[in-house]
Amino acid sequence: MTDSLRRTPLFDEHVKAGGRIVPFAGWEMPVQYAGISAEHEAVRTRAGLFDVSHMGELELAGEHAAAVVDYLVTNSLARIEPGQAMYTCCCNEQGTILDDLIVYKRASDRILVVCNASNRDKISAHFARAAKDHCELRDVSDALGLIALQGPKALAVLSAAGTDLGNVSEALGAFRFREGKVAGIAATVARTGYTGEDGVEIFCASADTPALWRALMTAGSAFGIAPAGLGARDTLRLEARLSLYGNDIDETTNPIEAGLAWTVKLDKGDFVGRSAIAQVKEAGPARKLVGFEMTGRGIARHGYPLQDGTGAVVGVCTSGGPGPTVGKNIGLGYLPSALCEVGTGFRVDCRGKAVDAVVVKTPFYKRPKAT
Amino acid sequence: MSDNDVKDDRKYTKDHEWAKREGGEVLIGITAFAVEQLGDITLVNVDLKPGDVVAAHKGFGTIESVKTLSDLFAPISGKITRVNAELENRPELVNEDCWGKGWMIAIEPSAWDAEGGTLLDAAAYAKHVAESAH
Repeated sequence: MTDSLRRTPLFDEHVKAGGRIVPFAGWEMPVQYAGISAEHEAVRTRAGLFDVSHMGELELAGEHAAAVVDYLVTNSLARIEPGQAMYTCCCNEQGTILDDLIVYKRASDRILVVCNASNRDKISAHFARAAKDHCELRDVSDALGLIALQGPKALAVLSAAGTDLGNVSEALGAFRFREGKVAGIAATVARTGYTGEDGVEIFCASADTPALWRALMTAGSAFGIAPAGLGARDTLRLEARLSLYGNDIDETTNPIEAGLAWTVKLDKGDFVGRSAIAQVKEAGPARKLVGFEMTGRGIARHGYPLQDGTGAVVGVCTSGGPGPTVGKNIGLGYLPSALCEVGTGFRVDCRGKAVDAVVVKTPFYKRPKAT
Repeated sequence: MSDNDVKDDRKYTKDHEWAKREGGEVLIGITAFAVEQLGDITLVNVDLKPGDVVAAHKGFGTIESVKTLSDLFAPISGKITRVNAELENRPELVNEDCWGKGWMIAIEPSAWDAEGGTLLDAAAYAKHVAESAH
Protein backbone atom coordinates (compact mmCIF):
# COMPACT_ATOMS: atom_id res chain seq x y z
CA MET A 1 0.00 0.00 0.00
CA THR A 2 2.74 2.42 0.98
CA ASP A 3 4.48 1.79 -2.35
CA SER A 4 2.04 3.93 -4.26
CA LEU A 5 2.05 6.76 -1.71
CA ARG A 6 4.37 9.69 -2.19
CA ARG A 7 6.59 11.37 0.37
CA THR A 8 7.43 15.04 0.69
CA PRO A 9 11.07 16.13 1.16
CA LEU A 10 10.27 16.45 4.87
CA PHE A 11 9.18 12.85 5.43
CA ASP A 12 12.29 11.96 7.45
CA GLU A 13 11.87 15.07 9.60
CA HIS A 14 8.33 13.99 10.46
CA VAL A 15 9.41 10.51 11.42
CA LYS A 16 12.28 11.89 13.54
CA ALA A 17 9.84 14.26 15.28
CA GLY A 18 7.56 11.34 16.17
CA GLY A 19 4.89 12.19 13.62
CA ARG A 20 2.15 9.65 13.07
CA ILE A 21 2.08 9.12 9.34
CA VAL A 22 -1.19 8.52 7.51
CA PRO A 23 -2.17 8.37 3.84
CA PHE A 24 -3.63 11.65 2.64
CA ALA A 25 -4.52 12.52 -0.97
CA GLY A 26 -1.93 10.05 -2.21
CA TRP A 27 0.78 11.21 0.18
CA GLU A 28 2.24 9.92 3.40
CA MET A 29 1.69 12.86 5.73
CA PRO A 30 1.91 13.43 9.49
CA VAL A 31 -1.56 13.67 11.01
CA GLN A 32 -0.08 14.63 14.38
CA TYR A 33 3.08 14.67 16.46
CA ALA A 34 2.44 15.45 20.16
CA GLY A 35 -1.35 15.53 19.72
CA ILE A 36 -3.89 17.57 17.82
CA SER A 37 -5.00 19.70 20.77
CA ALA A 38 -1.45 20.56 21.84
CA GLU A 39 -0.46 21.45 18.26
CA HIS A 40 -3.62 23.49 17.81
CA GLU A 41 -2.82 25.43 20.97
CA ALA A 42 0.79 25.97 19.91
CA VAL A 43 -0.41 27.63 16.70
CA ARG A 44 -3.01 29.76 18.49
CA THR A 45 -0.66 30.94 21.23
CA ARG A 46 2.90 30.56 19.88
CA ALA A 47 3.91 29.12 16.54
CA GLY A 48 3.46 25.95 14.55
CA LEU A 49 5.26 24.55 11.53
CA PHE A 50 3.35 22.62 8.86
CA ASP A 51 4.64 20.66 5.91
CA VAL A 52 2.40 21.54 2.99
CA SER A 53 4.83 20.41 0.31
CA HIS A 54 2.18 18.04 -1.02
CA MET A 55 0.26 21.00 -2.47
CA GLY A 56 0.39 21.35 -6.24
CA GLU A 57 2.12 24.28 -7.94
CA LEU A 58 1.78 25.42 -11.54
CA GLU A 59 3.82 28.14 -13.14
CA LEU A 60 2.45 30.01 -16.12
CA ALA A 61 4.65 32.37 -18.07
CA GLY A 62 4.31 34.58 -21.09
CA GLU A 63 2.43 37.56 -22.39
CA HIS A 64 -0.93 35.80 -22.12
CA ALA A 65 -0.31 33.91 -18.88
CA ALA A 66 -2.43 36.27 -16.78
CA ALA A 67 -5.29 36.16 -19.30
CA VAL A 68 -5.25 32.35 -19.29
CA VAL A 69 -5.42 32.21 -15.48
CA ASP A 70 -8.08 34.90 -15.36
CA TYR A 71 -10.23 32.87 -17.74
CA LEU A 72 -10.02 29.83 -15.43
CA VAL A 73 -10.63 31.46 -12.05
CA THR A 74 -13.50 33.41 -10.53
CA ASN A 75 -11.45 36.17 -8.89
CA SER A 76 -9.78 38.90 -10.88
CA LEU A 77 -6.04 39.01 -11.47
CA ALA A 78 -6.36 42.63 -12.60
CA ARG A 79 -7.11 43.55 -9.00
CA ILE A 80 -3.67 42.56 -7.77
CA GLU A 81 -0.22 43.78 -8.66
CA PRO A 82 3.06 41.89 -8.89
CA GLY A 83 3.99 40.72 -5.39
CA GLN A 84 0.38 40.10 -4.44
CA ALA A 85 -1.60 36.88 -4.17
CA MET A 86 -5.31 36.17 -4.12
CA TYR A 87 -7.59 33.38 -3.01
CA THR A 88 -9.98 32.20 -5.72
CA CYS A 89 -12.26 29.45 -6.86
CA CYS A 90 -11.69 27.62 -10.10
CA CYS A 91 -15.00 26.43 -11.54
CA ASN A 92 -16.29 24.31 -14.40
CA GLU A 93 -18.90 25.45 -16.95
CA GLN A 94 -21.67 24.44 -14.53
CA GLY A 95 -20.30 26.98 -12.08
CA THR A 96 -19.34 24.36 -9.49
CA ILE A 97 -15.96 24.24 -7.87
CA LEU A 98 -13.07 22.27 -9.39
CA ASP A 99 -10.70 23.57 -6.73
CA ASP A 100 -9.87 26.53 -4.56
CA LEU A 101 -6.53 28.11 -5.32
CA ILE A 102 -4.09 30.78 -4.30
CA VAL A 103 -2.81 32.66 -7.32
CA TYR A 104 0.44 34.58 -7.00
CA LYS A 105 1.30 37.33 -9.47
CA ARG A 106 5.08 37.08 -9.56
CA ALA A 107 5.22 39.51 -12.51
CA SER A 108 2.64 40.69 -15.00
CA ASP A 109 3.72 37.79 -17.22
CA ARG A 110 4.55 35.19 -14.56
CA ILE A 111 1.84 33.57 -12.44
CA LEU A 112 2.11 30.86 -9.79
CA VAL A 113 -0.98 28.81 -9.02
CA VAL A 114 -1.16 26.69 -5.87
CA CYS A 115 -3.81 23.98 -5.79
CA ASN A 116 -4.86 21.22 -3.40
CA ALA A 117 -2.82 18.03 -3.47
CA SER A 118 -5.95 15.99 -4.07
CA ASN A 119 -6.74 18.04 -7.20
CA ARG A 120 -3.28 18.39 -8.65
CA ASP A 121 -3.75 16.13 -11.67
CA LYS A 122 -7.18 17.54 -12.48
CA ILE A 123 -6.08 21.17 -12.17
CA SER A 124 -2.80 20.60 -13.95
CA ALA A 125 -4.67 19.11 -16.92
CA HIS A 126 -7.35 21.81 -16.80
CA PHE A 127 -4.75 24.58 -16.91
CA ALA A 128 -2.70 22.76 -19.56
CA ARG A 129 -5.70 22.68 -21.91
CA ALA A 130 -6.27 26.41 -21.50
CA ALA A 131 -2.58 27.30 -21.71
CA LYS A 132 -1.96 25.34 -24.91
CA ASP A 133 -0.76 27.67 -27.67
CA HIS A 134 -1.21 30.69 -25.37
CA CYS A 135 1.46 30.55 -22.70
CA GLU A 136 4.02 28.30 -21.07
CA LEU A 137 2.86 26.03 -18.29
CA ARG A 138 5.04 24.00 -15.96
CA ASP A 139 3.87 21.76 -13.15
CA VAL A 140 6.54 22.60 -10.57
CA SER A 141 4.94 20.68 -7.70
CA ASP A 142 7.82 18.26 -7.41
CA ALA A 143 10.48 20.95 -7.64
CA LEU A 144 9.05 23.02 -4.79
CA GLY A 145 8.72 22.45 -1.08
CA LEU A 146 6.24 24.46 0.95
CA ILE A 147 6.32 25.13 4.69
CA ALA A 148 3.64 27.03 6.58
CA LEU A 149 4.84 28.93 9.66
CA GLN A 150 1.77 30.08 11.58
CA GLY A 151 0.91 31.66 14.89
CA PRO A 152 1.29 34.92 16.82
CA LYS A 153 5.06 34.30 17.06
CA ALA A 154 5.45 33.24 13.42
CA LEU A 155 7.04 36.48 12.25
CA ALA A 156 9.36 36.56 15.26
CA VAL A 157 10.49 33.03 14.41
CA LEU A 158 11.03 34.01 10.79
CA SER A 159 13.07 36.99 11.85
CA ALA A 160 15.12 34.86 14.26
CA ALA A 161 15.84 32.41 11.44
CA GLY A 162 17.33 35.35 9.51
CA THR A 163 15.93 36.88 6.35
CA ASP A 164 16.88 39.60 3.92
CA LEU A 165 13.27 40.78 3.80
CA GLY A 166 13.58 43.51 6.42
CA ASN A 167 10.77 43.88 8.91
CA VAL A 168 8.35 41.32 7.49
CA SER A 169 5.35 42.49 9.49
CA GLU A 170 5.67 45.92 7.88
CA ALA A 171 7.17 44.98 4.54
CA LEU A 172 4.75 42.17 3.81
CA GLY A 173 1.04 42.92 4.10
CA ALA A 174 -1.60 40.19 4.05
CA PHE A 175 -1.52 38.19 0.81
CA ARG A 176 1.73 39.87 -0.26
CA PHE A 177 4.84 37.87 -1.02
CA ARG A 178 8.48 38.43 -1.76
CA GLU A 179 11.44 36.48 -3.00
CA GLY A 180 14.48 36.47 -0.77
CA LYS A 181 16.47 34.35 1.62
CA VAL A 182 15.40 32.65 4.81
CA ALA A 183 18.22 31.16 6.89
CA GLY A 184 20.40 31.61 3.81
CA ILE A 185 18.05 29.58 1.62
CA ALA A 186 16.47 31.07 -1.51
CA ALA A 187 12.74 31.24 -0.85
CA THR A 188 9.47 32.94 -1.64
CA VAL A 189 7.79 34.17 1.53
CA ALA A 190 4.04 34.85 1.41
CA ARG A 191 1.89 36.34 4.17
CA THR A 192 -0.76 33.66 3.80
CA GLY A 193 -2.02 30.70 5.76
CA TYR A 194 -4.84 28.33 6.57
CA THR A 195 -5.14 28.61 10.34
CA GLY A 196 -6.77 31.94 11.16
CA GLU A 197 -3.48 33.13 12.65
CA ASP A 198 -0.85 35.50 11.39
CA GLY A 199 1.98 33.81 9.59
CA VAL A 200 3.73 33.01 6.38
CA GLU A 201 4.00 30.23 3.85
CA ILE A 202 7.46 29.69 2.46
CA PHE A 203 8.27 28.10 -0.89
CA CYS A 204 11.78 26.84 -1.59
CA ALA A 205 13.53 24.28 -3.74
CA SER A 206 12.58 20.74 -2.85
CA ALA A 207 16.16 19.86 -1.93
CA ASP A 208 16.42 22.85 0.44
CA THR A 209 13.19 22.10 2.28
CA PRO A 210 14.65 19.93 5.09
CA ALA A 211 17.33 22.55 5.86
CA LEU A 212 14.71 25.29 5.95
CA TRP A 213 12.46 23.19 8.20
CA ARG A 214 15.33 22.53 10.62
CA ALA A 215 16.38 26.19 10.63
CA LEU A 216 12.85 27.30 11.49
CA MET A 217 12.48 24.65 14.20
CA THR A 218 15.79 25.75 15.71
CA ALA A 219 14.97 29.46 15.50
CA GLY A 220 11.51 28.75 16.87
CA SER A 221 12.55 26.75 19.92
CA ALA A 222 12.90 29.94 21.98
CA PHE A 223 9.33 30.81 21.03
CA GLY A 224 7.83 27.41 21.81
CA ILE A 225 7.35 26.36 18.21
CA ALA A 226 5.84 22.94 17.55
CA PRO A 227 5.57 20.87 14.39
CA ALA A 228 1.87 20.58 13.55
CA GLY A 229 0.13 17.93 11.49
CA LEU A 230 -2.92 17.61 9.29
CA GLY A 231 -5.18 17.07 12.31
CA ALA A 232 -4.42 20.47 13.82
CA ARG A 233 -4.50 22.05 10.39
CA ASP A 234 -8.09 20.85 10.10
CA THR A 235 -9.26 22.04 13.53
CA LEU A 236 -7.54 25.40 13.03
CA ARG A 237 -9.02 26.03 9.61
CA LEU A 238 -12.47 24.95 10.76
CA GLU A 239 -12.47 27.46 13.63
CA ALA A 240 -11.42 30.13 11.13
CA ARG A 241 -14.15 28.90 8.73
CA LEU A 242 -11.75 28.28 5.89
CA SER A 243 -13.21 25.86 3.38
CA LEU A 244 -11.73 22.42 2.92
CA TYR A 245 -11.96 21.10 -0.62
CA GLY A 246 -13.61 17.69 -0.70
CA ASN A 247 -15.55 18.51 2.49
CA ASP A 248 -17.18 21.92 2.27
CA ILE A 249 -16.73 22.58 -1.42
CA ASP A 250 -16.48 20.28 -4.41
CA GLU A 251 -17.88 19.78 -7.89
CA THR A 252 -21.43 19.71 -6.52
CA THR A 253 -21.21 23.12 -4.84
CA ASN A 254 -21.00 26.62 -6.26
CA PRO A 255 -19.10 29.59 -4.80
CA ILE A 256 -22.28 31.55 -4.03
CA GLU A 257 -23.85 28.92 -1.78
CA ALA A 258 -20.45 28.13 -0.26
CA GLY A 259 -20.12 31.69 1.04
CA LEU A 260 -17.36 32.42 -1.45
CA ALA A 261 -19.25 35.01 -3.51
CA TRP A 262 -16.50 37.47 -2.60
CA THR A 263 -14.10 35.48 -4.77
CA VAL A 264 -16.37 35.87 -7.81
CA LYS A 265 -15.91 38.97 -9.96
CA LEU A 266 -18.71 38.79 -12.53
CA ASP A 267 -17.70 42.18 -13.96
CA LYS A 268 -14.18 41.15 -14.93
CA GLY A 269 -15.09 39.67 -18.32
CA ASP A 270 -15.82 36.13 -19.37
CA PHE A 271 -14.49 33.18 -17.42
CA VAL A 272 -15.31 29.50 -17.08
CA GLY A 273 -18.54 29.11 -15.12
CA ARG A 274 -19.49 32.76 -15.28
CA SER A 275 -23.02 32.45 -16.69
CA ALA A 276 -23.96 29.58 -14.37
CA ILE A 277 -22.70 31.46 -11.33
CA ALA A 278 -24.45 34.66 -12.48
CA GLN A 279 -27.72 32.73 -12.60
CA VAL A 280 -27.29 31.42 -9.05
CA LYS A 281 -26.45 34.90 -7.87
CA GLU A 282 -29.47 36.39 -9.59
CA ALA A 283 -31.94 33.78 -8.30
CA GLY A 284 -30.32 33.54 -4.88
CA PRO A 285 -28.83 30.26 -3.69
CA ALA A 286 -31.30 27.55 -2.64
CA ARG A 287 -28.98 26.50 0.17
CA LYS A 288 -26.03 27.99 1.97
CA LEU A 289 -23.01 26.78 3.85
CA VAL A 290 -23.44 27.93 7.44
CA GLY A 291 -21.54 27.56 10.66
CA PHE A 292 -23.22 25.92 13.61
CA GLU A 293 -22.62 25.01 17.21
CA MET A 294 -23.86 21.88 18.87
CA THR A 295 -26.10 22.81 21.78
CA GLY A 296 -26.85 19.18 22.61
CA ARG A 297 -24.38 16.49 23.55
CA GLY A 298 -22.82 15.27 20.35
CA ILE A 299 -20.19 16.00 17.76
CA ALA A 300 -21.17 16.60 14.14
CA ARG A 301 -18.96 14.95 11.53
CA HIS A 302 -18.59 15.21 7.78
CA GLY A 303 -21.56 13.56 6.10
CA TYR A 304 -24.00 13.61 9.02
CA PRO A 305 -27.54 14.59 7.88
CA LEU A 306 -29.07 17.83 9.17
CA GLN A 307 -32.76 17.77 10.13
CA ASP A 308 -35.41 20.42 10.63
CA GLY A 309 -37.80 20.45 13.60
CA THR A 310 -39.99 17.76 12.05
CA GLY A 311 -37.11 15.35 11.61
CA ALA A 312 -36.97 15.77 7.84
CA VAL A 313 -33.48 15.74 6.35
CA VAL A 314 -32.83 19.22 4.97
CA GLY A 315 -29.08 19.39 4.68
CA VAL A 316 -25.71 17.84 5.37
CA CYS A 317 -22.77 18.53 7.64
CA THR A 318 -19.62 19.06 5.57
CA SER A 319 -17.10 19.55 8.37
CA GLY A 320 -17.42 19.13 12.10
CA GLY A 321 -15.61 18.43 15.29
CA PRO A 322 -14.52 19.94 18.54
CA GLY A 323 -13.12 23.47 18.26
CA PRO A 324 -10.25 23.40 20.75
CA THR A 325 -9.92 27.19 21.05
CA VAL A 326 -13.62 28.06 20.98
CA GLY A 327 -14.29 25.22 23.40
CA LYS A 328 -17.41 24.07 21.60
CA ASN A 329 -18.38 21.38 19.17
CA ILE A 330 -18.73 23.20 15.87
CA GLY A 331 -19.43 22.45 12.26
CA LEU A 332 -20.19 23.65 8.77
CA GLY A 333 -23.04 22.41 6.67
CA TYR A 334 -25.46 23.20 3.90
CA LEU A 335 -28.98 24.23 4.93
CA PRO A 336 -31.91 25.59 2.90
CA SER A 337 -31.59 29.38 2.69
CA ALA A 338 -34.71 29.80 4.85
CA LEU A 339 -32.97 28.03 7.74
CA CYS A 340 -29.68 29.91 7.53
CA GLU A 341 -30.48 32.84 9.80
CA VAL A 342 -28.12 33.06 12.80
CA GLY A 343 -29.95 31.64 15.81
CA THR A 344 -31.99 29.11 13.84
CA GLY A 345 -32.19 25.79 15.62
CA PHE A 346 -32.00 22.44 13.86
CA ARG A 347 -30.75 18.94 14.57
CA VAL A 348 -27.75 16.91 13.55
CA ASP A 349 -28.33 13.21 13.01
CA CYS A 350 -25.32 11.85 14.91
CA ARG A 351 -25.58 8.23 13.82
CA GLY A 352 -29.24 7.88 14.68
CA LYS A 353 -29.26 10.32 17.58
CA ALA A 354 -30.82 13.73 16.79
CA VAL A 355 -28.70 16.31 18.59
CA ASP A 356 -29.65 20.00 18.86
CA ALA A 357 -27.57 22.59 17.04
CA VAL A 358 -27.90 26.26 16.22
CA VAL A 359 -26.70 28.41 13.32
CA VAL A 360 -24.02 30.84 14.47
CA LYS A 361 -21.95 33.62 13.00
CA THR A 362 -18.63 32.66 11.49
CA PRO A 363 -15.69 32.62 11.77
CA PHE A 364 -15.99 30.71 15.02
CA TYR A 365 -12.61 32.10 15.96
CA LYS A 366 -11.10 35.44 15.06
CA ARG A 367 -7.61 36.22 16.21
CA PRO A 368 -7.15 39.16 18.54
CA LYS A 369 -5.95 42.32 16.82
CA ALA A 370 -2.20 42.71 17.04
CA THR A 371 -1.16 45.22 19.68
CA MET B 1 4.08 3.45 23.87
CA SER B 2 5.97 0.24 24.41
CA ASP B 3 4.32 -2.95 23.28
CA ASN B 4 4.48 -4.24 26.85
CA ASP B 5 2.24 -1.48 28.10
CA VAL B 6 -0.58 -3.82 29.03
CA LYS B 7 -1.89 -5.00 32.40
CA ASP B 8 -1.74 -8.61 33.56
CA ASP B 9 -4.84 -8.26 35.71
CA ARG B 10 -7.39 -8.25 32.88
CA LYS B 11 -8.40 -9.65 29.49
CA TYR B 12 -8.54 -7.97 26.10
CA THR B 13 -10.36 -7.87 22.77
CA LYS B 14 -8.76 -7.39 19.39
CA ASP B 15 -10.73 -4.12 19.20
CA HIS B 16 -8.61 -2.81 22.10
CA GLU B 17 -11.15 -2.99 24.89
CA TRP B 18 -10.17 -4.44 28.24
CA ALA B 19 -12.33 -6.43 30.68
CA LYS B 20 -11.33 -6.63 34.31
CA ARG B 21 -13.05 -8.91 36.80
CA GLU B 22 -13.73 -7.22 40.14
CA GLY B 23 -15.90 -9.29 42.48
CA GLY B 24 -19.20 -9.92 40.75
CA GLU B 25 -18.61 -7.24 38.12
CA VAL B 26 -16.46 -6.93 35.05
CA LEU B 27 -15.23 -3.40 34.34
CA ILE B 28 -14.84 -2.42 30.70
CA GLY B 29 -12.51 0.20 29.25
CA ILE B 30 -10.16 0.77 26.36
CA THR B 31 -6.43 0.19 26.21
CA ALA B 32 -3.51 2.62 26.06
CA PHE B 33 -2.95 1.59 22.46
CA ALA B 34 -6.53 2.56 21.58
CA VAL B 35 -6.14 5.86 23.40
CA GLU B 36 -2.93 6.61 21.58
CA GLN B 37 -4.62 5.90 18.26
CA LEU B 38 -7.57 8.14 19.10
CA GLY B 39 -5.65 11.10 20.46
CA ASP B 40 -7.39 13.67 22.63
CA ILE B 41 -10.74 12.25 23.66
CA THR B 42 -13.60 14.73 23.69
CA LEU B 43 -16.74 12.68 24.17
CA VAL B 44 -17.69 9.28 25.55
CA ASN B 45 -21.23 8.22 24.77
CA VAL B 46 -22.61 5.15 26.51
CA ASP B 47 -25.92 4.25 24.90
CA LEU B 48 -26.94 1.82 27.63
CA LYS B 49 -28.00 2.36 31.23
CA PRO B 50 -27.80 0.19 34.35
CA GLY B 51 -30.23 -2.68 33.99
CA ASP B 52 -29.83 -2.98 30.23
CA VAL B 53 -28.58 -6.23 28.86
CA VAL B 54 -25.68 -6.30 26.42
CA ALA B 55 -24.39 -9.15 24.28
CA ALA B 56 -20.73 -9.85 23.62
CA HIS B 57 -19.35 -8.03 20.55
CA LYS B 58 -22.33 -5.64 20.44
CA GLY B 59 -21.80 -1.90 20.50
CA PHE B 60 -22.51 -0.18 23.80
CA GLY B 61 -21.53 3.35 22.80
CA THR B 62 -19.11 5.55 20.98
CA ILE B 63 -15.96 7.44 21.81
CA GLU B 64 -14.92 10.57 19.96
CA SER B 65 -11.60 12.28 19.76
CA VAL B 66 -10.70 15.59 18.16
CA LYS B 67 -10.37 13.78 14.88
CA THR B 68 -12.56 10.75 14.81
CA LEU B 69 -15.35 8.59 16.19
CA SER B 70 -15.02 4.93 17.18
CA ASP B 71 -17.51 2.36 18.34
CA LEU B 72 -17.21 0.73 21.72
CA PHE B 73 -17.92 -2.99 21.84
CA ALA B 74 -18.81 -5.10 24.86
CA PRO B 75 -16.20 -7.84 25.32
CA ILE B 76 -18.71 -10.05 27.15
CA SER B 77 -22.44 -10.55 27.67
CA GLY B 78 -24.35 -9.52 30.76
CA LYS B 79 -26.32 -6.87 32.52
CA ILE B 80 -25.01 -3.33 32.87
CA THR B 81 -24.61 -2.58 36.56
CA ARG B 82 -22.90 0.81 36.39
CA VAL B 83 -21.90 3.47 33.89
CA ASN B 84 -18.97 5.77 34.62
CA ALA B 85 -20.89 9.04 34.89
CA GLU B 86 -17.70 11.02 35.46
CA LEU B 87 -16.77 10.60 31.81
CA GLU B 88 -19.77 12.66 30.79
CA ASN B 89 -18.07 15.83 31.92
CA ARG B 90 -14.49 14.64 31.96
CA PRO B 91 -13.87 12.45 28.89
CA GLU B 92 -10.18 13.33 29.21
CA LEU B 93 -10.02 10.84 32.10
CA VAL B 94 -9.70 8.20 29.40
CA ASN B 95 -6.53 9.90 28.17
CA GLU B 96 -5.20 10.37 31.68
CA ASP B 97 -5.96 6.96 33.14
CA CYS B 98 -7.43 4.52 30.65
CA TRP B 99 -6.70 1.54 32.92
CA GLY B 100 -8.40 2.99 35.98
CA LYS B 101 -10.51 6.13 36.24
CA GLY B 102 -11.29 5.95 32.53
CA TRP B 103 -13.39 2.77 32.83
CA MET B 104 -16.67 3.03 30.94
CA ILE B 105 -19.17 0.43 32.06
CA ALA B 106 -19.47 -2.39 34.58
CA ILE B 107 -21.19 -5.61 33.55
CA GLU B 108 -22.58 -8.43 35.66
CA PRO B 109 -21.45 -11.23 33.36
CA SER B 110 -23.91 -13.87 32.26
CA ALA B 111 -21.40 -16.24 30.71
CA TRP B 112 -17.98 -15.27 32.03
CA ASP B 113 -16.65 -18.80 32.15
CA ALA B 114 -17.36 -19.37 28.47
CA GLU B 115 -16.71 -15.89 27.13
CA GLY B 116 -13.81 -14.89 29.36
CA GLY B 117 -11.81 -17.72 27.88
CA THR B 118 -12.22 -16.38 24.35
CA LEU B 119 -10.62 -13.05 25.28
CA LEU B 120 -6.92 -12.38 24.86
CA ASP B 121 -4.61 -12.48 27.83
CA ALA B 122 -2.02 -9.72 28.31
CA ALA B 123 0.72 -11.49 26.37
CA ALA B 124 -1.54 -12.32 23.43
CA TYR B 125 -2.89 -8.78 23.38
CA ALA B 126 0.60 -7.27 23.46
CA LYS B 127 1.45 -9.43 20.46
CA HIS B 128 -1.73 -8.30 18.70
CA VAL B 129 -0.80 -4.64 19.33
CA ALA B 130 2.71 -5.18 18.03
CA GLU B 131 1.21 -6.60 14.85
CA SER B 132 -1.41 -3.84 14.51
CA ALA B 133 1.25 -1.20 14.83
CA HIS B 134 2.87 -2.32 11.58
